Amino acid sequence: MSDSAASPSAPPSLTELFQGFAAVSLSGFGGALPWARRMIVEKRQWMTAEEFNETFSLSQFLPGPNLVNFCVVFGSRFGGAAGAVVALAGLLGPPLVIVTILAALYALYGDLAVLTRILGGIASSAAGLIIANVAKMAEPMFRKRWNFAPPVAIAGFICVALIRWPLPWVFVFLAPVSVALAWVSLWGRR
Amino acid sequence: MKDDPLLALFGYFAALSLFAVGGANAAIPEMHRVAVDVMHWMSDRQFADSFAIAQVTPGPNVIVVTLIGYHVAGVAGAAVATVGMCGPTCAMAFFVARFWDRFKDAPWRMAIQAGLVPVSLGLIAASAFVLARAADHSWLAGLITAVTAVVAYWTRVNPLWVFLVAGVLGLTGWL
Repeated sequence: MSDSAASPSAPPSLTELFQGFAAVSLSGFGGALPWARRMIVEKRQWMTAEEFNETFSLSQFLPGPNLVNFCVVFGSRFGGAAGAVVALAGLLGPPLVIVTILAALYALYGDLAVLTRILGGIASSAAGLIIANVAKMAEPMFRKRWNFAPPVAIAGFICVALIRWPLPWVFVFLAPVSVALAWVSLWGRR
Repeated sequence: MKDDPLLALFGYFAALSLFAVGGANAAIPEMHRVAVDVMHWMSDRQFADSFAIAQVTPGPNVIVVTLIGYHVAGVAGAAVATVGMCGPTCAMAFFVARFWDRFKDAPWRMAIQAGLVPVSLGLIAASAFVLARAADHSWLAGLITAVTAVVAYWTRVNPLWVFLVAGVLGLTGWL
């Protein structure tokens, strides 16, 4: 494999894949991406920072949960189908057990006023966390003088948040338009 | 078997996942629209609560789907919803990863990547809006949303601490 030569450290075994992703999963609150980077690039040195970014950009571009996609791409690169399954089990196993227990508790006590109030506060805060993520993503896009990205993002926001059109409609219309605009802005002026 | 909730959950999340470019957070408005407005699986508050529980659970954001599934059909619902949301896209990631590197410098690949970023940004912004509307019923709750956004944008404080403060403020009943 060509990537093993570029990787700074020995490729992970199946057990290490499971342990690594389980550790990432259990330490990641409000998004586990920074922890994945820390584990893979800094701590275990399975990939260089560039390899990590390249692999992660693929996971972001594919539909579905980003980190779950990343886990599959990463696991399959080092251990084929078995690697993908083992890495997924590490990433999703522990939080699924925890969240199922919490779901059962919520089903029992969800109507208690105390719990409702606590969760209400956390939910308000969690919405703020997403706003911060949006701001971080938007910053480079709005900094350039003119480009197609801000109008596309704003159109998507209006259609989904304000008009409440179903996501598939919006996506099927907006994604091809945006890709075509990206094509023009990348290659059109040659 | 038309009304089988497990089948409905699986089919719904499997279909949704294919449009969830930008991750689980990009699909929040669609989950809210279907779970609350169309299927009446849960109330607005229960949806916001589920999101809050998913946020305080360690792990990827996608586990909010597990909570919705559990709410509809117990443990089986949780399992089916999670597999629906992750299964098809995992298979896709597995196969695409094999040939993706070969097209590293292909113009179409760069256009697709550059074109999908603003789409997912718009979708995630919509998620923030929908969640804030579901969660904030007073000006003080709105203030918590705003303060969290500012803190998370300008500092590197672990979000868990912010959630802790917000939970305590919620407990006081002022929100």
